[in-house]
Amino acid sequence: MIDIAWSSFTPWSALIGGVLVGLAAASFLLLNGRIAGISGILGGLLSPSSGDISWRIAFLAGIIGAPAIWMLAAELPPIEIEAGYPALIIAGLLVGIGTRYGSGCTSGHGVCGLSRLSPRSFVATLSFMFAGFVTVYIIRHVLGV
Amino acid sequence: MKSALASLFAGLLFGFGLIVSGMANPEKVLGFLDITGLWDPSLAFVMGGAVLVGLFAFAIARKRALSFLGFNMKVPTHTHIDKRLIIGGLMFGAGWGIAGFCPGPGLVGLGAGEIKAVVFVASMVVGMGIFEMAERMRSGPSF
Repeated sequence: MIDIAWSSFTPWSALIGGVLVGLAAASFLLLNGRIAGISGILGGLLSPSSGDISWRIAFLAGIIGAPAIWMLAAELPPIEIEAGYPALIIAGLLVGIGTRYGSGCTSGHGVCGLSRLSPRSFVATLSFMFAGFVTVYIIRHVLGV
Repeated sequence: MKSALASLFAGLLFGFGLIVSGMANPEKVLGFLDITGLWDPSLAFVMGGAVLVGLFAFAIARKRALSFLGFNMKVPTHTHIDKRLIIGGLMFGAGWGIAGFCPGPGLVGLGAGEIKAVVFVASMVVGMGIFEMAERMRSGPSF
């Protein structure tokens, strides 16, 4: 049986935030002709070719600058990070290697890939969702951390 | 210049979306991934909302050779489903499940000044660097 955490269930803000993410991906696609895949945009900076750098840095500046701009108008919602430093380092390495090896993350394969009905991105999304569910199951319910 | 401004705009909007949705909060993400525990399905609505908009955008893009700013449409052409795709996805998912961070929210956390997010993003960039080096070694010296 599935137990729903109704007290932390926030479908409306999730939906509105999702629409904003969709609009961001849509404007990036329709203005620049590119896929808004965060891991690809960041990872591409590690083997840059000319004319390929400024738009990457500008996009990353936007996403990194978003919390500061937000705080000019409102309080930032909580960012709760329970993982310890060794876990964060292992997680970061896995996310870095995995997203580049698999050519995408939640944005490139998830949002953009599913939006363009790509079977390849559908398989990638199933793979990382599956691994995410299994990992949290092991950490929370087998190891009991 | 035009493309950099459009990128900046898209990046900001993307970041706002992650903040509004709750996706920028790793505890919220782990609550979503904890399907056998007390499950918080909220983040399925993030993907739903984003894909709803994305479907229209890609339908428009498919009919165009150039973007509205006059750039070539660079939509992926790979279609094959191989081991790399699946193993990469599984590795990424495992990392996502350990800390609750995927790349976008990691960058938002870094921008918010969270030291733990800085450590995550630094490790992620090192991981991407390891991948680049492995790829270069595999394809042989390039001089």
